[in-house]
Amino acid sequence: MTTPDQPLVLGIETSCDETGVGIVRGQTLLVDTIASSVQEHARFGGVVPEVASRAHLEAMVPTIERACRDAGVRLTDIDAVAVTAGPGLAGALLVGVAAAKALALGLGRPIYGVNHLAAHVAVDVLEHGPLPEPTMALLVSGGHSSLLLVPDVTADIRPLGATIDDAAGEAFDKVARVLGLPFPGGPHIDRVAREGDRLAIDFPRGLTTGRDLERYRFDFSFSGLKTAVSRWVQVRQAAGETVHVADVAASFQEAVVDVLTRKAIAACRDQGVDDLLIGGGVAANSRLRALAQRRCDAAGIRLRVPRPGLCTDNGAMVAALGAQVVARGGAPSALDLPADSSMPVTAVRA
Amino acid sequence: MLLLALDTSTSAITVALHDGSTVLAEASTIDPRAHGERLAPGIRAVLDEASAAPGDLTHIVCGLGPGPFTGLRVGIVTARVLALATGASLHGLCSLDALAAAVDAATAGEVLVATDARRKEVYWARYAVSAGSVVALSAPAVARPADLPEGVRALPALGRGPLLYPEFFPAPHGPLDVRAGVLAELAVSRLGAGDALADREPLYLRRPDATPHVVAKSALG
Ligand SMILES: [Zn+2]
Repeated sequence: MTTPDQPLVLGIETSCDETGVGIVRGQTLLVDTIASSVQEHARFGGVVPEVASRAHLEAMVPTIERACRDAGVRLTDIDAVAVTAGPGLAGALLVGVAAAKALALGLGRPIYGVNHLAAHVAVDVLEHGPLPEPTMALLVSGGHSSLLLVPDVTADIRPLGATIDDAAGEAFDKVARVLGLPFPGGPHIDRVAREGDRLAIDFPRGLTTGRDLERYRFDFSFSGLKTAVSRWVQVRQAAGETVHVADVAASFQEAVVDVLTRKAIAACRDQGVDDLLIGGGVAANSRLRALAQRRCDAAGIRLRVPRPGLCTDNGAMVAALGAQVVARGGAPSALDLPADSSMPVTAVRA
Repeated sequence: MLLLALDTSTSAITVALHDGSTVLAEASTIDPRAHGERLAPGIRAVLDEASAAPGDLTHIVCGLGPGPFTGLRVGIVTARVLALATGASLHGLCSLDALAAAVDAATAGEVLVATDARRKEVYWARYAVSAGSVVALSAPAVARPADLPEGVRALPALGRGPLLYPEFFPAPHGPLDVRAGVLAELAVSRLGAGDALADREPLYLRRPDATPHVVAKSALG
Protein backbone atom coordinates (compact mmCIF):
# COMPACT_ATOMS: atom_id res chain seq x y z
CA MET A 1 0.00 0.00 0.00
CA THR A 2 1.26 3.44 -0.84
CA THR A 3 -0.09 6.40 1.01
CA PRO A 4 0.97 10.00 0.47
CA ASP A 5 2.16 10.45 4.05
CA GLN A 6 4.88 7.85 3.61
CA PRO A 7 8.21 9.38 2.63
CA LEU A 8 9.19 9.46 -1.02
CA VAL A 9 12.86 8.46 -1.07
CA LEU A 10 15.26 8.46 -4.01
CA GLY A 11 18.25 6.13 -3.69
CA ILE A 12 21.52 6.31 -5.61
CA GLU A 13 23.91 3.34 -5.93
CA THR A 14 27.32 3.53 -7.64
CA SER A 15 29.52 1.14 -5.66
CA CYS A 16 30.62 -0.91 -8.67
CA ASP A 17 29.62 -0.86 -12.34
CA GLU A 18 25.89 -0.17 -12.18
CA THR A 19 24.52 3.34 -11.90
CA GLY A 20 21.32 2.67 -9.99
CA VAL A 21 18.55 5.11 -9.15
CA GLY A 22 15.48 3.82 -7.34
CA ILE A 23 12.47 5.59 -5.92
CA VAL A 24 10.27 4.16 -3.17
CA ARG A 25 7.34 5.46 -1.20
CA GLY A 26 7.53 3.85 2.22
CA GLN A 27 7.95 0.17 1.44
CA THR A 28 6.52 0.40 -2.06
CA LEU A 29 8.82 0.31 -5.05
CA LEU A 30 7.95 2.93 -7.66
CA VAL A 31 10.89 2.53 -9.99
CA ASP A 32 14.28 0.86 -10.19
CA THR A 33 16.40 2.33 -12.98
CA ILE A 34 19.82 0.95 -13.89
CA ALA A 35 22.50 2.01 -16.32
CA SER A 36 25.22 -0.61 -16.48
CA SER A 37 28.73 -0.27 -17.84
CA VAL A 38 29.23 -4.05 -17.74
CA GLN A 39 29.75 -4.29 -21.51
CA GLU A 40 32.59 -1.78 -21.34
CA HIS A 41 34.37 -4.01 -18.83
CA ALA A 42 33.74 -7.34 -20.56
CA ARG A 43 36.82 -7.18 -22.75
CA PHE A 44 38.99 -6.72 -19.65
CA GLY A 45 37.44 -9.72 -17.87
CA GLY A 46 36.68 -7.64 -14.81
CA VAL A 47 35.49 -4.22 -13.72
CA VAL A 48 37.99 -1.46 -14.46
CA PRO A 49 37.45 1.16 -11.76
CA GLU A 50 38.26 4.19 -13.91
CA VAL A 51 35.96 2.99 -16.69
CA ALA A 52 33.19 2.48 -14.13
CA SER A 53 33.70 5.93 -12.61
CA ARG A 54 33.56 7.64 -16.00
CA ALA A 55 30.40 5.74 -16.86
CA HIS A 56 28.75 6.76 -13.56
CA LEU A 57 29.42 10.42 -14.31
CA GLU A 58 27.87 10.17 -17.77
CA ALA A 59 24.90 8.10 -16.63
CA MET A 60 24.00 10.00 -13.46
CA VAL A 61 21.73 12.79 -14.71
CA PRO A 62 20.01 10.73 -17.44
CA THR A 63 19.36 7.91 -14.94
CA ILE A 64 17.85 10.27 -12.35
CA GLU A 65 15.69 11.84 -15.06
CA ARG A 66 14.53 8.49 -16.37
CA ALA A 67 13.70 7.23 -12.87
CA CYS A 68 11.54 10.28 -12.16
CA ARG A 69 9.82 10.06 -15.53
CA ASP A 70 9.07 6.35 -15.18
CA ALA A 71 7.83 6.77 -11.59
CA GLY A 72 5.69 9.75 -12.54
CA VAL A 73 7.20 11.94 -9.83
CA ARG A 74 8.88 15.33 -9.99
CA LEU A 75 12.25 15.76 -8.34
CA THR A 76 10.70 18.37 -6.08
CA ASP A 77 8.34 15.69 -4.71
CA ILE A 78 11.28 13.77 -3.23
CA ASP A 79 11.34 13.87 0.58
CA ALA A 80 14.81 12.43 1.15
CA VAL A 81 17.87 11.25 -0.76
CA ALA A 82 19.70 8.05 0.16
CA VAL A 83 23.06 6.97 -1.22
CA THR A 84 25.52 4.13 -0.91
CA ALA A 85 28.38 5.56 1.16
CA GLY A 86 30.34 2.26 1.05
CA PRO A 87 31.76 -0.27 0.77
CA GLY A 88 32.74 -0.29 -2.89
CA LEU A 89 35.16 1.12 -5.44
CA ALA A 90 36.35 4.45 -4.04
CA GLY A 91 36.14 6.50 -7.23
CA ALA A 92 32.81 5.01 -8.21
CA LEU A 93 31.26 5.61 -4.77
CA LEU A 94 32.43 9.19 -4.86
CA VAL A 95 30.41 10.01 -7.99
CA GLY A 96 27.21 8.75 -6.38
CA VAL A 97 27.85 10.43 -3.04
CA ALA A 98 28.61 13.77 -4.73
CA ALA A 99 25.50 13.46 -6.88
CA ALA A 100 23.34 12.66 -3.86
CA LYS A 101 24.71 15.63 -1.95
CA ALA A 102 24.03 17.95 -4.88
CA LEU A 103 20.51 16.61 -5.16
CA ALA A 104 19.83 16.94 -1.44
CA LEU A 105 21.37 20.40 -1.31
CA GLY A 106 19.59 21.59 -4.44
CA LEU A 107 16.21 20.31 -3.27
CA GLY A 108 16.69 21.30 0.37
CA ARG A 109 16.13 17.71 1.54
CA PRO A 110 18.02 15.49 3.98
CA ILE A 111 20.63 13.00 2.78
CA TYR A 112 21.16 9.53 4.22
CA GLY A 113 24.47 7.80 3.50
CA VAL A 114 23.93 4.07 3.96
CA ASN A 115 25.84 0.81 3.85
CA HIS A 116 25.65 -1.15 0.62
CA LEU A 117 25.46 -4.50 2.40
CA ALA A 118 22.66 -3.40 4.69
CA ALA A 119 20.81 -2.19 1.59
CA HIS A 120 21.08 -5.69 0.07
CA VAL A 121 19.15 -6.91 3.12
CA ALA A 122 16.71 -4.00 3.36
CA VAL A 123 15.58 -4.30 -0.26
CA ASP A 124 13.49 -7.36 0.49
CA VAL A 125 10.84 -5.29 2.28
CA LEU A 126 9.86 -4.03 -1.16
CA GLU A 127 8.95 -7.55 -2.17
CA HIS A 128 8.10 -9.48 0.98
CA GLY A 129 7.13 -6.85 3.53
CA PRO A 130 8.67 -5.91 6.88
CA LEU A 131 11.73 -7.88 7.96
CA PRO A 132 11.34 -10.18 10.96
CA GLU A 133 13.62 -9.05 13.76
CA PRO A 134 16.02 -10.66 13.93
CA THR A 135 16.62 -11.99 10.43
CA MET A 136 19.61 -14.08 9.36
CA ALA A 137 21.11 -12.75 6.12
CA LEU A 138 23.37 -14.58 3.71
CA LEU A 139 24.90 -12.00 1.36
CA VAL A 140 26.70 -13.44 -1.63
CA SER A 141 28.14 -11.52 -4.53
CA GLY A 142 31.31 -10.87 -6.44
CA GLY A 143 32.70 -8.85 -3.56
CA HIS A 144 31.47 -10.48 -0.40
CA SER A 145 30.12 -13.66 1.11
CA SER A 146 28.83 -12.93 4.58
CA LEU A 147 26.53 -14.32 7.20
CA LEU A 148 24.91 -11.53 9.16
CA LEU A 149 22.63 -11.54 12.14
CA VAL A 150 20.28 -8.60 11.61
CA PRO A 151 18.32 -7.51 14.68
CA ASP A 152 17.53 -4.15 13.02
CA VAL A 153 18.58 -3.42 9.45
CA THR A 154 18.58 0.34 10.09
CA ALA A 155 20.87 0.23 13.10
CA ASP A 156 22.18 -3.14 14.22
CA ILE A 157 23.93 -5.70 12.01
CA ARG A 158 26.26 -8.31 13.49
CA PRO A 159 28.65 -10.23 11.26
CA LEU A 160 28.85 -13.91 12.12
CA GLY A 161 31.11 -15.01 9.31
CA ALA A 162 32.58 -14.02 5.96
CA THR A 163 34.81 -15.33 3.23
CA ILE A 164 38.44 -15.61 4.25
CA ASP A 165 39.63 -15.38 0.63
CA ASP A 166 37.59 -15.13 -2.58
CA ALA A 167 33.97 -14.09 -2.59
CA ALA A 168 31.51 -16.60 -4.02
CA GLY A 169 30.80 -14.49 -7.10
CA GLU A 170 34.51 -14.06 -7.72
CA ALA A 171 34.87 -17.85 -7.79
CA PHE A 172 32.06 -18.02 -10.36
CA ASP A 173 33.88 -15.51 -12.56
CA LYS A 174 37.22 -17.27 -12.30
CA VAL A 175 35.80 -20.72 -12.97
CA ALA A 176 33.83 -19.33 -15.91
CA ARG A 177 37.11 -18.10 -17.36
CA VAL A 178 38.68 -21.54 -16.90
CA LEU A 179 35.70 -23.07 -18.70
CA GLY A 180 35.81 -20.54 -21.53
CA LEU A 181 32.48 -18.98 -20.56
CA PRO A 182 31.87 -15.24 -21.01
CA PHE A 183 32.12 -12.53 -18.37
CA PRO A 184 30.36 -12.03 -16.02
CA GLY A 185 30.51 -15.72 -15.14
CA GLY A 186 27.61 -16.24 -12.72
CA PRO A 187 24.68 -16.35 -15.14
CA HIS A 188 26.63 -18.46 -17.66
CA ILE A 189 27.62 -21.10 -15.11
CA ASP A 190 24.04 -21.24 -13.88
CA ARG A 191 22.78 -21.75 -17.45
CA VAL A 192 25.38 -24.33 -18.49
CA ALA A 193 25.08 -26.21 -15.19
CA ARG A 194 21.45 -27.04 -15.90
CA GLU A 195 22.63 -29.49 -18.57
CA GLY A 196 25.25 -31.04 -16.30
CA ASP A 197 25.49 -33.60 -13.50
CA ARG A 198 26.14 -31.85 -10.21
CA LEU A 199 27.35 -35.10 -8.65
CA ALA A 200 29.82 -35.80 -11.46
CA ILE A 201 32.85 -34.42 -9.64
CA ASP A 202 33.31 -34.19 -5.89
CA PHE A 203 34.92 -30.77 -5.55
CA PRO A 204 36.13 -29.64 -2.10
CA ARG A 205 33.82 -27.86 0.34
CA GLY A 206 35.98 -25.25 2.08
CA LEU A 207 35.98 -24.91 5.89
CA THR A 208 33.42 -27.65 6.48
CA THR A 209 35.38 -30.28 8.36
CA GLY A 210 37.31 -30.88 11.55
CA ARG A 211 39.40 -28.04 12.97
CA ASP A 212 38.37 -25.70 10.14
CA LEU A 213 34.75 -26.09 11.09
CA GLU A 214 35.56 -25.26 14.70
CA ARG A 215 37.67 -22.26 13.93
CA TYR A 216 35.75 -20.96 10.91
CA ARG A 217 32.29 -22.11 11.79
CA PHE A 218 30.38 -19.50 9.78
CA ASP A 219 33.18 -18.41 7.45
CA PHE A 220 33.66 -19.35 3.82
CA SER A 221 36.59 -20.11 1.55
CA PHE A 222 36.30 -20.48 -2.21
CA SER A 223 39.89 -20.05 -3.28
CA GLY A 224 40.76 -23.74 -2.85
CA LEU A 225 37.66 -24.74 -4.79
CA LYS A 226 38.56 -22.46 -7.67
CA THR A 227 42.07 -23.92 -7.76
CA ALA A 228 40.71 -27.47 -7.59
CA VAL A 229 38.42 -26.82 -10.58
CA SER A 230 41.21 -25.32 -12.62
CA ARG A 231 43.59 -28.17 -11.79
CA TRP A 232 40.94 -30.75 -12.60
CA VAL A 233 40.39 -29.17 -16.01
CA GLN A 234 44.13 -28.84 -16.71
CA VAL A 235 44.81 -32.48 -15.89
CA ARG A 236 42.04 -33.68 -18.23
CA GLN A 237 43.13 -31.36 -21.01
CA ALA A 238 46.77 -32.42 -20.66
CA ALA A 239 45.67 -36.06 -20.95
CA GLY A 240 43.76 -35.19 -24.11
CA GLU A 241 40.42 -36.03 -22.52
CA THR A 242 37.21 -34.20 -23.33
CA VAL A 243 36.15 -31.87 -20.54
CA HIS A 244 32.39 -31.88 -20.06
CA VAL A 245 31.91 -28.22 -19.29
CA ALA A 246 28.34 -28.71 -18.07
CA ASP A 247 29.39 -31.33 -15.52
CA VAL A 248 32.26 -29.21 -14.24
CA ALA A 249 30.02 -26.15 -13.99
CA ALA A 250 27.27 -28.08 -12.21
CA SER A 251 29.66 -29.77 -9.78
CA PHE A 252 31.47 -26.52 -9.01
CA GLN A 253 28.18 -24.69 -8.48
CA GLU A 254 26.96 -27.47 -6.21
CA ALA A 255 30.08 -27.20 -4.05
CA VAL A 256 29.47 -23.46 -3.61
CA VAL A 257 25.76 -23.57 -2.86
CA ASP A 258 26.10 -26.62 -0.64
CA VAL A 259 28.47 -24.79 1.70
CA LEU A 260 26.52 -21.52 1.58
CA THR A 261 23.20 -23.10 2.47
CA ARG A 262 24.63 -25.52 5.02
CA LYS A 263 26.34 -22.76 6.97
CA ALA A 264 23.41 -20.37 6.68
CA ILE A 265 21.06 -22.93 8.19
CA ALA A 266 23.57 -23.82 10.89
CA ALA A 267 23.77 -20.12 11.77
CA CYS A 268 19.98 -19.86 11.99
CA ARG A 269 19.88 -22.88 14.33
CA ASP A 270 22.78 -21.60 16.40
CA GLN A 271 21.18 -18.20 16.91
CA GLY A 272 17.61 -19.45 17.20
CA VAL A 273 16.53 -17.44 14.16
CA ASP A 274 13.61 -18.69 12.05
CA ASP A 275 13.99 -16.40 9.03
CA LEU A 276 16.75 -16.54 6.45
CA LEU A 277 17.21 -13.92 3.75
CA ILE A 278 19.57 -14.41 0.83
CA GLY A 279 20.75 -11.33 -1.07
CA GLY A 280 23.50 -10.11 -3.38
CA GLY A 281 24.16 -10.94 -7.01
CA VAL A 282 24.79 -14.66 -6.42
CA ALA A 283 21.30 -14.94 -4.90
CA ALA A 284 20.08 -14.81 -8.50
CA ASN A 285 21.61 -18.29 -8.97
CA SER A 286 18.79 -20.77 -9.58
CA ARG A 287 20.49 -23.72 -7.85
CA LEU A 288 21.22 -21.65 -4.75
CA ARG A 289 17.57 -20.64 -4.57
CA ALA A 290 16.33 -24.21 -5.04
CA LEU A 291 18.69 -25.85 -2.55
CA ALA A 292 18.14 -23.12 0.04
CA GLN A 293 14.40 -23.59 -0.26
CA ARG A 294 14.65 -27.34 0.19
CA ARG A 295 16.93 -27.13 3.19
CA CYS A 296 14.95 -24.33 4.83
CA ASP A 297 11.75 -26.31 4.40
CA ALA A 298 13.38 -29.31 6.05
CA ALA A 299 14.68 -27.17 8.91
CA GLY A 300 11.45 -25.25 9.49
CA ILE A 301 13.06 -21.96 8.48
CA ARG A 302 11.23 -19.34 6.42
CA LEU A 303 13.27 -18.30 3.38
CA ARG A 304 13.17 -14.87 1.73
CA VAL A 305 14.97 -14.18 -1.52
CA PRO A 306 14.25 -11.01 -3.47
CA ARG A 307 13.63 -11.44 -7.18
CA PRO A 308 16.88 -11.51 -9.17
CA GLY A 309 16.61 -7.89 -10.32
CA LEU A 310 16.61 -6.75 -6.70
CA CYS A 311 19.48 -9.08 -5.71
CA THR A 312 22.04 -7.47 -7.99
CA ASP A 313 23.17 -3.92 -7.25
CA ASN A 314 20.42 -1.35 -7.74
CA GLY A 315 19.17 1.99 -6.51
CA ALA A 316 15.91 0.64 -5.10
CA MET A 317 17.75 -1.18 -2.32
CA VAL A 318 19.38 2.07 -1.23
CA ALA A 319 16.05 3.89 -1.35
CA ALA A 320 14.42 1.04 0.58
CA LEU A 321 16.99 1.24 3.38
CA GLY A 322 16.80 5.04 3.37
CA ALA A 323 13.03 4.89 3.73
CA GLN A 324 13.31 2.50 6.68
CA VAL A 325 15.84 4.79 8.36
CA VAL A 326 13.49 7.75 7.81
CA ALA A 327 10.53 5.78 9.14
CA ARG A 328 12.45 5.00 12.33
CA GLY A 329 13.43 8.61 12.80
CA GLY A 330 17.11 8.10 12.02
CA ALA A 331 19.28 11.20 11.84
CA PRO A 332 20.37 12.34 8.38
CA SER A 333 24.04 12.39 7.38
CA ALA A 334 26.05 15.60 7.24
CA LEU A 335 26.92 17.25 3.93
CA ASP A 336 30.58 16.38 4.47
CA LEU A 337 29.69 12.70 4.46
CA PRO A 338 32.65 10.78 3.00
CA ALA A 339 32.56 7.84 0.61
CA ASP A 340 34.13 4.94 2.51
CA SER A 341 35.39 2.17 0.26
CA SER A 342 35.92 -0.18 3.20
CA MET A 343 32.88 0.76 5.28
CA PRO A 344 32.30 -2.06 7.78
CA VAL A 345 28.94 -3.79 7.76
CA THR A 346 28.47 -2.88 11.42
CA ALA A 347 28.13 0.76 10.31
CA VAL A 348 24.70 0.80 8.72
CA ARG A 349 24.68 4.56 8.28
CA ALA A 350 27.41 7.04 7.49
CA MET B 1 21.81 36.71 -12.32
CA LEU B 2 23.03 34.46 -9.53
CA LEU B 3 25.91 32.38 -10.78
CA LEU B 4 27.58 29.59 -8.84
CA ALA B 5 31.10 28.71 -9.98
CA LEU B 6 32.96 25.66 -8.75
CA ASP B 7 36.16 23.85 -9.56
CA THR B 8 37.75 20.63 -8.29
CA SER B 9 40.47 20.17 -10.91
CA THR B 10 43.36 21.24 -8.69
CA SER B 11 44.17 20.79 -5.01
CA ALA B 12 41.55 23.40 -4.17
CA ILE B 13 37.90 22.74 -3.52
CA THR B 14 36.69 26.17 -4.55
CA VAL B 15 33.23 27.71 -4.84
CA ALA B 16 32.00 31.25 -5.55
CA LEU B 17 28.76 33.13 -6.07
CA HIS B 18 28.55 36.00 -8.57
CA ASP B 19 25.59 38.30 -9.18
CA GLY B 20 26.68 39.50 -12.63
CA SER B 21 28.63 42.47 -11.37
CA THR B 22 30.66 41.18 -8.47
CA VAL B 23 31.70 38.12 -6.47
CA LEU B 24 29.29 37.89 -3.54
CA ALA B 25 31.00 35.07 -1.67
CA GLU B 26 33.88 32.69 -2.15
CA ALA B 27 35.08 29.63 -0.25
CA SER B 28 38.20 27.59 -0.93
CA THR B 29 39.83 24.70 0.87
CA ILE B 30 43.16 23.22 -0.14
CA ASP B 31 43.02 19.45 0.27
CA PRO B 32 43.74 17.18 -2.70
CA ARG B 33 42.01 14.24 -1.01
CA ALA B 34 38.82 15.87 0.27
CA HIS B 35 36.96 17.08 -2.83
CA GLY B 36 34.09 14.72 -2.12
CA GLU B 37 33.75 15.87 1.46
CA ARG B 38 34.37 19.61 1.18
CA LEU B 39 32.52 20.66 -1.99
CA ALA B 40 28.89 20.48 -0.87
CA PRO B 41 29.54 22.23 2.47
CA GLY B 42 31.42 24.92 0.50
CA ILE B 43 28.39 25.49 -1.72
CA ARG B 44 26.14 25.65 1.32
CA ALA B 45 28.53 28.15 2.92
CA VAL B 46 28.60 30.61 0.00
CA LEU B 47 24.83 30.43 -0.38
CA ASP B 48 24.39 31.15 3.32
CA GLU B 49 26.92 33.96 3.20
CA ALA B 50 24.96 35.62 0.40
CA SER B 51 21.62 34.79 2.06
CA ALA B 52 20.62 32.91 -1.07
CA ALA B 53 18.75 29.65 -1.58
CA PRO B 54 19.73 26.96 -4.12
CA GLY B 55 16.54 27.76 -6.02
CA ASP B 56 17.79 31.32 -6.58
CA LEU B 57 20.66 30.10 -8.77
CA THR B 58 20.35 31.03 -12.43
CA HIS B 59 23.69 29.72 -13.73
CA ILE B 60 26.09 27.00 -12.62
CA VAL B 61 29.60 27.07 -14.05
CA CYS B 62 31.98 24.18 -13.58
CA GLY B 63 35.69 23.89 -14.24
CA LEU B 64 36.00 20.92 -16.61
CA GLY B 65 39.65 20.20 -15.91
CA PRO B 66 41.99 18.87 -16.98
CA GLY B 67 42.76 17.53 -13.53
CA PRO B 68 43.14 14.32 -11.53
CA PHE B 69 40.05 12.31 -12.46
CA THR B 70 38.54 11.43 -9.11
CA GLY B 71 38.44 14.96 -7.77
CA LEU B 72 37.47 16.42 -11.14
CA ARG B 73 34.40 14.19 -11.36
CA VAL B 74 33.17 15.34 -7.95
CA GLY B 75 32.87 18.90 -9.26
CA ILE B 76 31.31 17.98 -12.57
CA VAL B 77 28.70 15.58 -11.20
CA THR B 78 27.87 18.11 -8.49
CA ALA B 79 27.36 20.87 -11.07
CA ARG B 80 25.26 18.65 -13.32
CA VAL B 81 22.97 17.36 -10.58
CA LEU B 82 22.66 20.74 -8.90
CA ALA B 83 21.60 22.22 -12.24
CA LEU B 84 19.04 19.43 -12.60
CA ALA B 85 17.69 20.00 -9.09
CA THR B 86 17.52 23.79 -9.27
CA GLY B 87 16.74 24.42 -12.93
CA ALA B 88 19.79 26.67 -13.27
CA SER B 89 21.57 26.59 -16.63
CA LEU B 90 24.75 24.53 -16.74
CA HIS B 91 28.02 25.77 -18.22
CA GLY B 92 31.59 24.58 -18.39
CA LEU B 93 35.02 26.11 -18.81
CA CYS B 94 38.53 24.77 -19.13
CA SER B 95 40.02 25.06 -15.65
CA LEU B 96 43.38 26.14 -17.05
CA ASP B 97 41.66 29.25 -18.44
CA ALA B 98 40.66 30.20 -14.91
CA LEU B 99 44.26 29.86 -13.75
CA ALA B 100 45.49 32.02 -16.63
CA ALA B 101 42.85 34.61 -15.76
CA ALA B 102 44.25 34.80 -12.24
CA VAL B 103 47.49 36.32 -13.45
CA ASP B 104 48.13 39.70 -11.77
CA ALA B 105 47.02 42.83 -13.59
CA ALA B 106 50.58 44.04 -14.16
CA THR B 107 51.44 41.01 -16.27
CA ALA B 108 50.61 41.11 -19.95
CA GLY B 109 51.79 38.88 -22.74
CA GLU B 110 52.26 35.15 -22.93
CA VAL B 111 51.96 32.86 -19.91
CA LEU B 112 52.06 29.15 -19.33
CA VAL B 113 49.63 27.27 -17.11
CA ALA B 114 51.07 23.96 -15.86
CA THR B 115 49.15 21.99 -13.24
CA ASP B 116 49.84 18.68 -11.51
CA ALA B 117 48.78 15.75 -13.69
CA ARG B 118 50.47 13.23 -11.34
CA ARG B 119 52.64 10.46 -12.81
CA LYS B 120 55.42 12.99 -13.35
CA GLU B 121 53.39 14.89 -15.92
CA VAL B 122 51.66 18.27 -16.13
CA TYR B 123 48.47 19.49 -17.73
CA TRP B 124 49.41 22.59 -19.66
CA ALA B 125 48.35 25.28 -22.12
CA ARG B 126 49.73 28.59 -23.36
CA TYR B 127 47.79 31.84 -23.04
CA ALA B 128 47.98 35.44 -24.18
CA VAL B 129 46.81 37.61 -21.30
CA SER B 130 46.12 41.32 -21.18
CA ALA B 131 43.89 43.49 -19.03
CA GLY B 132 40.49 41.82 -19.05
CA SER B 133 41.32 39.20 -21.66
CA VAL B 134 42.59 35.63 -21.67
CA VAL B 135 43.11 33.88 -24.98
CA ALA B 136 44.26 30.28 -25.22
CA LEU B 137 47.12 29.87 -27.67
CA SER B 138 47.15 26.07 -27.40
CA ALA B 139 44.69 23.33 -26.53
CA PRO B 140 45.08 21.80 -23.07
CA ALA B 141 47.50 18.88 -23.15
CA VAL B 142 49.28 16.46 -20.84
CA ALA B 143 53.04 15.92 -21.02
CA ARG B 144 56.23 15.38 -19.08
CA PRO B 145 57.75 18.75 -18.20
CA ALA B 146 60.88 17.90 -20.19
CA ASP B 147 58.75 17.42 -23.30
CA LEU B 148 57.42 20.99 -23.37
CA PRO B 149 59.27 23.26 -25.83
CA GLU B 150 62.01 25.16 -24.03
CA GLY B 151 60.55 28.53 -25.00
CA VAL B 152 57.24 27.53 -23.45
CA ARG B 153 58.83 26.30 -20.24
CA ALA B 154 60.56 29.67 -19.81
CA LEU B 155 57.26 31.61 -19.80
CA PRO B 156 55.81 32.96 -16.56
CA ALA B 157 54.16 29.79 -15.29
CA LEU B 158 51.04 29.41 -13.14
CA GLY B 159 49.85 26.32 -11.30
CA ARG B 160 51.61 23.63 -9.29
CA GLY B 161 53.81 22.50 -12.19
CA PRO B 162 56.54 25.06 -11.41
CA LEU B 163 56.36 24.16 -7.71
CA LEU B 164 56.75 20.43 -8.41
CA TYR B 165 59.30 20.71 -11.23
CA PRO B 166 61.30 23.90 -10.59
CA GLU B 167 64.17 22.56 -12.68
CA PHE B 168 61.99 22.78 -15.79
CA PHE B 169 60.02 25.96 -15.09
CA PRO B 170 62.38 28.83 -14.24
CA ALA B 171 59.68 31.53 -13.99
CA PRO B 172 57.05 30.49 -11.43
CA HIS B 173 54.27 33.02 -11.25
CA GLY B 174 51.02 33.51 -9.49
CA PRO B 175 48.44 31.18 -7.99
CA LEU B 176 48.94 27.45 -7.59
CA ASP B 177 45.31 26.41 -7.71
CA VAL B 178 42.09 27.51 -9.37
CA ARG B 179 40.00 30.10 -7.50
CA ALA B 180 36.29 29.96 -8.18
CA GLY B 181 35.97 33.73 -7.87
CA VAL B 182 38.21 34.09 -10.92
CA LEU B 183 36.33 31.32 -12.70
CA ALA B 184 33.07 33.16 -11.99
CA GLU B 185 34.44 36.48 -13.31
CA LEU B 186 35.67 34.81 -16.46
CA ALA B 187 32.35 33.02 -16.99
CA VAL B 188 30.31 36.19 -16.48
CA SER B 189 32.48 38.06 -18.95
CA ARG B 190 32.30 35.30 -21.57
CA LEU B 191 28.56 34.79 -21.13
CA GLY B 192 28.16 38.56 -21.49
CA ALA B 193 30.13 38.40 -24.73
CA GLY B 194 27.71 35.83 -26.10
CA ASP B 195 29.71 32.67 -25.51
CA ALA B 196 27.27 30.01 -24.27
CA LEU B 197 30.02 28.02 -22.46
CA ALA B 198 28.16 24.95 -23.64
CA ASP B 199 30.87 22.35 -22.96
CA ARG B 200 30.00 20.00 -20.11
CA GLU B 201 32.35 17.07 -20.63
CA PRO B 202 35.37 16.45 -18.43
CA LEU B 203 38.77 17.11 -19.99
CA TYR B 204 40.41 13.81 -19.05
CA LEU B 205 43.13 13.95 -21.74
CA ARG B 206 44.10 10.39 -20.83
CA ARG B 207 42.49 7.04 -21.49
CA PRO B 208 41.46 4.93 -18.50
CA ASP B 209 44.38 2.97 -17.16
CA ALA B 210 42.77 -0.38 -17.84
CA THR B 211 45.06 -3.26 -17.03
CA PRO B 212 46.68 -2.80 -13.63
CA HIS B 213 43.60 -2.32 -11.48
CA VAL B 214 41.21 -4.92 -12.83
CA VAL B 215 39.03 -6.32 -10.07
CA ALA B 216 36.53 -9.13 -10.13
CA LYS B 217 33.16 -8.47 -11.74
CA SER B 218 30.74 -6.93 -9.31
CA ALA B 219 33.75 -6.73 -7.06
CA LEU B 220 31.50 -5.48 -4.39
CA GLY B 221 28.28 -6.59 -6.02
ZN1 LIG C 1 26.25 -5.51 -3.94
